[in-house]
Amino acid sequence: MQAQLERGVQGNPGASGRRQVAVPAGVVLRLLVRNHPGVMSHICGLFARRAFNVEGIVCLPADDVAGGARSVVLLLVNKDQRLEQLVRQLAKLEDVLEIGHDAGGNAAFTAVAGCL
Amino acid sequence: MKLTGAQLITQLLERQGITVVAGIPGGANLPLYDALRDSDIRHVLARHEQGAGFIAQGMARVTGRPAVCLGTSGPGATNLLTAIADAKLDSVPLVAITGQVPRAMIGTDAFQEIDTYGLTLPITKHNYLVRSAAELLEVIPEAFRIAASGRPGPVVIDVPKDVQNEFVTFERWPEPGRAEPQRQPADEDIARVAALLGEARRPLCLIGGGVIAAGAATQVELLAQKTSLPVASTLLGLGAMPHDHPLFLGMIGMHAARATNLPLEECDLLLALGVRFDDRATGKVAQFCPQARIVHIDVDASELGKIKQPMLGIEADVAAALAALLPQLRPRPRREWIAEVAALRAAYPLAMPGSECPCEPYGAIRQSAACLGNDVVVASDVGQHQMWAAQAFPFSWPRQWLTSGGLGTMGFGLPAAIGAALAMPERTVVCFSGDGSLLMNIQELATAAEEGVNVKVVLLNNAHLGLVRQQQQLFYGGRYHASRFHAEPDFAAIARGFGVSACDLGAVAEPLAVLHRALQEPGPGLVNVPIAHDANVYPMVPPGAANREMIEGASHASAA
Repeated sequence: MQAQLERGVQGNPGASGRRQVAVPAGVVLRLLVRNHPGVMSHICGLFARRAFNVEGIVCLPADDVAGGARSVVLLLVNKDQRLEQLVRQLAKLEDVLEIGHDAGGNAAFTAVAGCL
Repeated sequence: MKLTGAQLITQLLERQGITVVAGIPGGANLPLYDALRDSDIRHVLARHEQGAGFIAQGMARVTGRPAVCLGTSGPGATNLLTAIADAKLDSVPLVAITGQVPRAMIGTDAFQEIDTYGLTLPITKHNYLVRSAAELLEVIPEAFRIAASGRPGPVVIDVPKDVQNEFVTFERWPEPGRAEPQRQPADEDIARVAALLGEARRPLCLIGGGVIAAGAATQVELLAQKTSLPVASTLLGLGAMPHDHPLFLGMIGMHAARATNLPLEECDLLLALGVRFDDRATGKVAQFCPQARIVHIDVDASELGKIKQPMLGIEADVAAALAALLPQLRPRPRREWIAEVAALRAAYPLAMPGSECPCEPYGAIRQSAACLGNDVVVASDVGQHQMWAAQAFPFSWPRQWLTSGGLGTMGFGLPAAIGAALAMPERTVVCFSGDGSLLMNIQELATAAEEGVNVKVVLLNNAHLGLVRQQQQLFYGGRYHASRFHAEPDFAAIARGFGVSACDLGAVAEPLAVLHRALQEPGPGLVNVPIAHDANVYPMVPPGAANREMIEGASHASAA
């Protein structure tokens, strides 16, 4: 197991030897959520149930709260006529405290893409 | 104060005003049951966790207040799922507390371990896996707040066994969780509704379960009266308007009377209050209310524009919205429109053949109603009997009618009726059921007998899954399959075996007198009513068709 981890999981290496990732165009939603082990299942489950794909996820504890009681989640999603309905459904989740469009655009995802 | 998690749960429930809970104990919730033994809370022992869930639903539906059911881990939790999902779809405030294996064993496939949190995620308003006894101080009041606030719904609290046993020291009790103040409408939106209603020549109001949840039934009646506004209802809105109100049109949708569906074709403004445009109500949605501008008022913003794009969508409590709207409306006679609706009603009333005979579907319902009077609570199962009851029972007050609308759960009726009777012991509860539905939770007859509840099951017995048989006849060329019960149990004997008094209208000379006697006897009872195997519910809109395409009994019979 350890050896396997050290070798790395075999995948489809790109030309550079790394996987190629692309940042698709789309809308970035910024959620402030309660930070606990179930919160991502609530969010991803909602997208899955409503047959709506999430193209990218970035999530870190919010630094404005001691102890990381809250997290910020950036979701990169396709612009779709159902998006407004999805946002309203997201807003109903108890663990979702705030929801908005991210002013930073795709920047976070572009940065992450460089690490993948 | 120093208490165990289990003691904390029971005392927090007491502080929420909970006096009755339904459930079944098992290994993982035994600490909770041990604490319940010392509590004033009355525990009703169901015979299947789904029964416990629906007993709690019955209490919640009839009172409008959150009710509680309990189950152990694993199968206890999975058996609760249907009742929880049902509560989600019909917006019923329910708090389900399940036992879980001890924290250290979570994720090991321990005995009776299941991921209750994961399983209930898509069927609850919110759910918890409690990770310490101290968390309960927050979680229990919060669960009640969430269940009761805004659009009500179910909340699951999964509590590991060792959390129930863990001691916690605390200074002060938290405040009980209560519904948050309801959302108020914006003034300019209400002014627009008033203007639109003023301009409309043929307005119609559609009410749903949201009107009952908001306690807005009286206001709807005032609104109808003041502006001469005909009111139609969804399945779950029945009871909000008295059945005999001159402006009430009855239930819309798949099994509506022509006189109810046709005015929807004509109306130029639809005021939709606390409804969600369910497909059984709207028929083919693109052709629903084809001429109407729609004003949709609902407490759940995600319902606005979900199915039908309104001209004006207002996120607000229906009662708050009507309170703001009523003073702004001027009386309008609308004589032409009222006359048009009256003409449709006169031309296409609901046909209720056999309503004098207690051994016919409509007769069993109408004669039971005549015998039981206005105060009775009515529960139903799911199927033909449900639609006959929805069409024919003279409902007269909100929360009188308990039925599984969204999920359409066969097996709902009996346990929900027991719950209603526990919450309202001064009333009789009649449960219209079918032989298919009743068999799905028939074990709760034992609970009914044990509790001595005043529940009367009127069983419309056609030895079939009747609505399936009807669809196979109408839409599958009469190719019947798996809809006939060839073994026909003796339901009266079964009921007696459970300790419930019973009679069989098929075996007596004076069925009406026997029905009356059975319904008036105190305590639980069952009346078996053998009905024709091929009786159908009419009218019927074929699934996926527009509401104007109604198949009628007689015309269909002659066409076939």
